[in-house]
Amino acid sequence: MRVLAAMSGGVDSAVAAALAVDAGHDVTGVHLALSPDRQTLRSGARGCCSVEDAHDARRVADELGIPFYVWDLADRFREDVVEDFVAEYAAGRTPNPCLRCNERIKFTAVLDRARALGFDAVVTGHHARLADGQLRRSVDAAKDQSYVLGVLTAEQLAGARFPLGSTTKERVRAIAAERGFAVATKPDSHDICFIPDGDTRGFLTRRLGAAPGPVVDAATGATVGSHEGTHGFTVGQRRGLGLAVGDQRPRYVLSIEPVTRTVTVGTAELTGVDVVRTGPPTWTGPAPALPLRAEVQLRAHGTPVACTVDAAPDGGLVLTLARSERGVAPGQSAVLYAPDPVRGDLVLGQAPVTR
Amino acid sequence: MTYLDHAATTPVLPEVLAAVTEQMGRVGNASSLHAGGRAARRAAEQARERLAEALGARPSEVLFTGGGTESDNLALKGLFWARREADARRRRLVVSPAEHHAVLDSAEWLAKHEGAEVTWLRLEPSGRVTPEALTEALGDGSDVAVASVMWANNEIGTVSGVAALAEAAHAAGVPLHTDAVQAVGQVPVDFAASGADALTLTGHKLGGPMGAGALLLRRDAECTPLLHGGGQERDVRSGTLDVPVIVGLAVAAGAAVAGREERAGRLAALRDRLVAGVLEQVPDAQLNGAPLDDVVAGGPGRLPGNAHLSFPGAEGDALLMLLDARGIECSTGSACSAGVARPSHVLTAVGAGAARARSSLRFSLGHTSTGADVDALLAVIGPVVERARRAGMGRR
Repeated sequence: MRVLAAMSGGVDSAVAAALAVDAGHDVTGVHLALSPDRQTLRSGARGCCSVEDAHDARRVADELGIPFYVWDLADRFREDVVEDFVAEYAAGRTPNPCLRCNERIKFTAVLDRARALGFDAVVTGHHARLADGQLRRSVDAAKDQSYVLGVLTAEQLAGARFPLGSTTKERVRAIAAERGFAVATKPDSHDICFIPDGDTRGFLTRRLGAAPGPVVDAATGATVGSHEGTHGFTVGQRRGLGLAVGDQRPRYVLSIEPVTRTVTVGTAELTGVDVVRTGPPTWTGPAPALPLRAEVQLRAHGTPVACTVDAAPDGGLVLTLARSERGVAPGQSAVLYAPDPVRGDLVLGQAPVTR
Repeated sequence: MTYLDHAATTPVLPEVLAAVTEQMGRVGNASSLHAGGRAARRAAEQARERLAEALGARPSEVLFTGGGTESDNLALKGLFWARREADARRRRLVVSPAEHHAVLDSAEWLAKHEGAEVTWLRLEPSGRVTPEALTEALGDGSDVAVASVMWANNEIGTVSGVAALAEAAHAAGVPLHTDAVQAVGQVPVDFAASGADALTLTGHKLGGPMGAGALLLRRDAECTPLLHGGGQERDVRSGTLDVPVIVGLAVAAGAAVAGREERAGRLAALRDRLVAGVLEQVPDAQLNGAPLDDVVAGGPGRLPGNAHLSFPGAEGDALLMLLDARGIECSTGSACSAGVARPSHVLTAVGAGAARARSSLRFSLGHTSTGADVDALLAVIGPVVERARRAGMGRR
């Protein structure tokens, strides 16, 4: 099979490419240049796509003896991921840019181009199992990335290969070391790659400007503080609220209303949600019959919760949770799983939380 | 493997390999006074004389450097600093926008850090700089430190008439530097006859070793050093002479110049067949640069081994990848350190839009090229372009 290995310069995608070569595929490596102004050197564990990362990826490709190219997808990434991220926050929602990047960049822009150029599939270093069109959690629960792949459709999954799904991260590093890859000990990347300093609020303030508004207590309706922009907040957030309330009980963000610029806060017992409503779902395979008993995961490293999935009249879903969840924010993806302790939980699909 | 990227680098000549290997087996610093040093010195000076003879220069005008980039940096910065020191009004650099980055970035560095002001020359649609354009940009020349116009363009292969440009520069009292990295061995290059004050060349485009270059610098040209130290090269360039590669450079230059006429005729015929064959299969492909039979100053107006084509609707890096997978090696223009394909600054400078600039490939022939190389390309170019077009431009 002719496959295109997306190589970030990290250890996971390096080993994924190596395993694809071992499996006898005709492998070509590509590094995706996603940032318009690329730094020469990495500036820490955060961020990616520096020239140094491209060099790291090229070193591995050269050792594997496979062709290697850099694809400049900075424009697409800016339009489809960064601008979407900013717009979602501006609308009072909490997006997951990694999920968006998988959906629109790696398994749309890259996969479409790869297929047009004669490749059969795109190989990535994601920790998730994929066999017979079924997407499942990685054997390494701590490194499982099935959540950020939950948005992929059957058609996209047909063109994807994840060689690392049955390999623990520890084993991935060991394979890299055995092969003499210099990236064997390279730190994992964290956080949002296009916000290398990790200051999301600062990034959004630079992009959206200050838009002050009130912070209102849900119980009393009283204005208990002010803020410089609703984009600085996520539902469920506790820290950095800067409130002056009489009692000493912590307050959490309950909701964000970007039109009136109102951030509503409340005490812990008000943050729980038993029913989650979503927009229209995407499924990794044929649409399942509803209602359905499943587990739902609401954020990248969240704990799955048992739920009943029902169809809503508007084409969305109604998820009735077995126990209440805190900090469920509009814009997050609800990824649905069918638990399977033997073969790994099966990813059924995903839907965006609306409230 | 079909190698159509001789403008990037060309195979080392067997006689160069032999000469470099032989010299590398000997001990001796050319600056040492003992017998070993004298032998090294003799080899280096013979190489200097041989290189000078091949290029119509005097041996004392040859400064050995580490390659084309160093020679360009030395010419731009060295002449700028020396000329400005002699007269503080001389802050202007007059440069073609189609130069190699070694010249462009040197000029921009001087503008950013040394108070220089860059005047970009007007180009003909072919990429050529005319004497009229140079005269116009120089004005009375009193505020100009140096002018730089390449002899032949590395991407689109357009040759400029250096003698007429030197005349125009001198009429304004300004020295002319010319980057002749691509020209030497391809078109007649005679330093004295050209009238240029400084000329860049490099070994590895001639069948010589990498890391060996020279700046031909007129004896009366004042040039401030970039590298300070032992002053080995006329006190303008320091560093222990790398005698083996210098010997290799001279052998390569001698061979390239001696065989030039025969080779140029052969390569031009192959190149013409390549272009005609591509246009037959991809009728809407566009030839960039000067016409194939163009003439300037009585000589070829385009490098004989250069074919630079745009394929509308296809992306250069997709074409390159597809050809690479079929064993055909070419280039999208000038390679970029980050590996990201950028629209060619040369095509942009001659007024091509970004889409055309991104959809181009350079095929460059050299001393080992044969008709079989052209046949191999023509056997696949049609389906490759079709496939790359289906893959689109990667953007909506």
